[in-house]
Amino acid sequence: MSGDGSLVLDGVTVALDGATLIAGLDLAVAPGEIVTVMGPSGSGKSTLLAWLCGAADPAFRIAGRAVLDGVDITRLPPEARRVGILFQDDLLFPHLSVGGNLGFGLPAGLGRAAREARIEAALEEAELPGFAGRDPATLSGGQRARIALMRTLLAAPKALLLDEPFSRLDAALRDRIRCFVFGHATERGLPVLLVTHDPDDARAAGGPVVEIG
Amino acid sequence: MLRWVPALTLLLFLGPVAAGLVGTFLPAFGILPALGGTEPSLAPWRLLFTMPGLDTSIRLTLTTGFAAALVSLALVLAFLSACHGTRPVLVVRRLLAPLLAVPHVAVAIGFAFLASPSGWAARAVSPWLTGWERPPDLATAPDPYGIALVCGLVLKEVPFLLLMTLAALGQVPADRTLAVARSLGYGPATAWFKTVLPLVWPQIRLPVYAVLAYSLSVVDMALVLAPGTPPPLAPRVLRWFSDPDLSRQFVAAAGAGLQFLLVIGAIGVFHGAERLAAGLGRRWIAAGGRGHGERGGRIAATGAMGLVFGVGLLGMLGMAVWSVARRWRWPDLLPSVWSPGNWARQAEALAWPGWTTVSVALAAAAIAIALVLGCLENEQRTHVTPGSRALWLIYAPLLAPQIGFLFGVQVLLVVSGLDGRWAALVWGHLLFVLPYVFLALAGPWRRLDERYARTALCLGASPGRVFWRIKLPMLLRPVLFALAVGFAVSVGEYLPTVFAGGGRFATLTTEAVSLAAGGDRRVIGVYAFLQALLPWLGFTLAIAIPAWLYRQRRGMKDFSV
Repeated sequence: MSGDGSLVLDGVTVALDGATLIAGLDLAVAPGEIVTVMGPSGSGKSTLLAWLCGAADPAFRIAGRAVLDGVDITRLPPEARRVGILFQDDLLFPHLSVGGNLGFGLPAGLGRAAREARIEAALEEAELPGFAGRDPATLSGGQRARIALMRTLLAAPKALLLDEPFSRLDAALRDRIRCFVFGHATERGLPVLLVTHDPDDARAAGGPVVEIG
Repeated sequence: MLRWVPALTLLLFLGPVAAGLVGTFLPAFGILPALGGTEPSLAPWRLLFTMPGLDTSIRLTLTTGFAAALVSLALVLAFLSACHGTRPVLVVRRLLAPLLAVPHVAVAIGFAFLASPSGWAARAVSPWLTGWERPPDLATAPDPYGIALVCGLVLKEVPFLLLMTLAALGQVPADRTLAVARSLGYGPATAWFKTVLPLVWPQIRLPVYAVLAYSLSVVDMALVLAPGTPPPLAPRVLRWFSDPDLSRQFVAAAGAGLQFLLVIGAIGVFHGAERLAAGLGRRWIAAGGRGHGERGGRIAATGAMGLVFGVGLLGMLGMAVWSVARRWRWPDLLPSVWSPGNWARQAEALAWPGWTTVSVALAAAAIAIALVLGCLENEQRTHVTPGSRALWLIYAPLLAPQIGFLFGVQVLLVVSGLDGRWAALVWGHLLFVLPYVFLALAGPWRRLDERYARTALCLGASPGRVFWRIKLPMLLRPVLFALAVGFAVSVGEYLPTVFAGGGRFATLTTEAVSLAAGGDRRVIGVYAFLQALLPWLGFTLAIAIPAWLYRQRRGMKDFSV
């Protein structure tokens, strides 16, 4: 439980209307490791991620603890948890430019020039240099997915949660984005928790697989 | 802080309704210490029923109210069932906003300009067809049966019901349901009534009740379009309330109580009829008829809807033309001399009511939007969504007849020394602005994908920052639209100004009503047109501002109202 950078789930139980969906899940995700949780829809896997970022629907009864980098985050508000999440939709804020979206992820307190430099660096990493002023609606699906990941990473999360983030992409694009996301996450040494129902995702992640439901 | 907003909101607008009802019913039973009424008695009611022509007033109220509500509902259902998913619906949708924006009084005046003996309708067919060399001596608007009032109400209620039904249709799988039914051999309108209406009805029930309640208790439109000897009950009660003979207050209170009971009873009767219709409808559905002769119905429904929109828009045009007419002789279709002189002459007289109208409307709409945003944001942060019962509370000020509780509100204001102040006026308007603002904003706000907020929170943004930087900008369009709705409602309010203003404030609406009784059409045209112009301006801004701000954000097109 020391600050070793890992994400630990401790006896997590998810129940809805008296029916137990997940019973006593124990899980440890080491930095740079990708753990895949697989299960059919309705198995509570998305709820598990929502609970980890502190936004679970109160209709669910959830017990257990989550520890990230030695800190018990179970009762922290979402914005203090430092848990990044990607959904199957990129959810780029449509009222902000690409640069504005990335800037929303950056911590406050940086100077204007520093912010712009960080944003441009992130765009370079996403292989989209000079895109800061663009309207996100004009980007392709793959470009949007890369920007969404960069936005999440700019907030300097200590763990990354992936809620079926590749399921909306077409097959050719899926492999590339998968490599892009996994590569950046392991490069930064983030513990990654991936929920999916696609066996290809689990295979590509290459880490342990947990079946629920 | 945020936690208290829902409670504060309820207190601000349900408190007065409840207190207002008490404050109306007590004098109706003789209790009004300020005027020496200390002993409970039935004398006000006995006096009320000795009023000459009371039965005529009640009959007028019931016939016009039910006729207006039923005709409006029938028109909307017939049109939407016959034309679902076709061009006419798109056209109507586009023309909806200008008609919705126009205050009731302006619609009434516009209709009177069209239908009166010297109005456009008579001019168009005279003298070549009618032989009328002078405006005929007929009572058309107002007429003795209240037909003009029913027409005016229909012009105003049809767009409202259309808006509510279209919104409800967007929330049910109407297209797919209809496609399935039609593939089973049902005609389009029959399929709509048999499969779509049952889905939509629960969502439009309260708006329909609100329309019925409004039509039964309308005052401002009745003052323009209803017969005056005697008038329907609601305007008659207002006349008693404004009688210099203060003892009339007791009769007025009893009349307001009767008005309240009439509305409650009418809603009860309607509810019963609704259940009967539902039973018959179930049998009709089970019988499996596929419908026939729909073509004629479709043409009739489309034509009738076209007539409503045409007459509504022509009325607006008529006011505009009168406001710039210098000389307009019978039976010319257009003025022979045009001039902006009417506006110039009225400029000074317009300034003060205009300022009151705009300042009160802005203040009421701003307060309402702040309270509604507070309620909705609180609801999302606490994950407590109010059930369908809460909707009844929101509709309460729209269902209770205004005249039934505004007198009580006035008594409250007098007791607290607030009557006749600007703040009291704002508060009086807020009662009616708030529900509409809530209805306009709640849907779009709740529909925003909550994962946007969750994503922003996970990026380290505080809930406050998420509200100001993500939700509010993303929902700017519906927020400004709701603001414009609130502004338009306030601009059109008549009774709240009369009661809360303590006679010290005039708005464009109160001026238009008092001018409409006698006066010069050129002057009425100026007031009515300006009164219609203000809300229209509000809606234009509400659409233009986000369109301009987000001109380079294509994705924002999906976040409309």
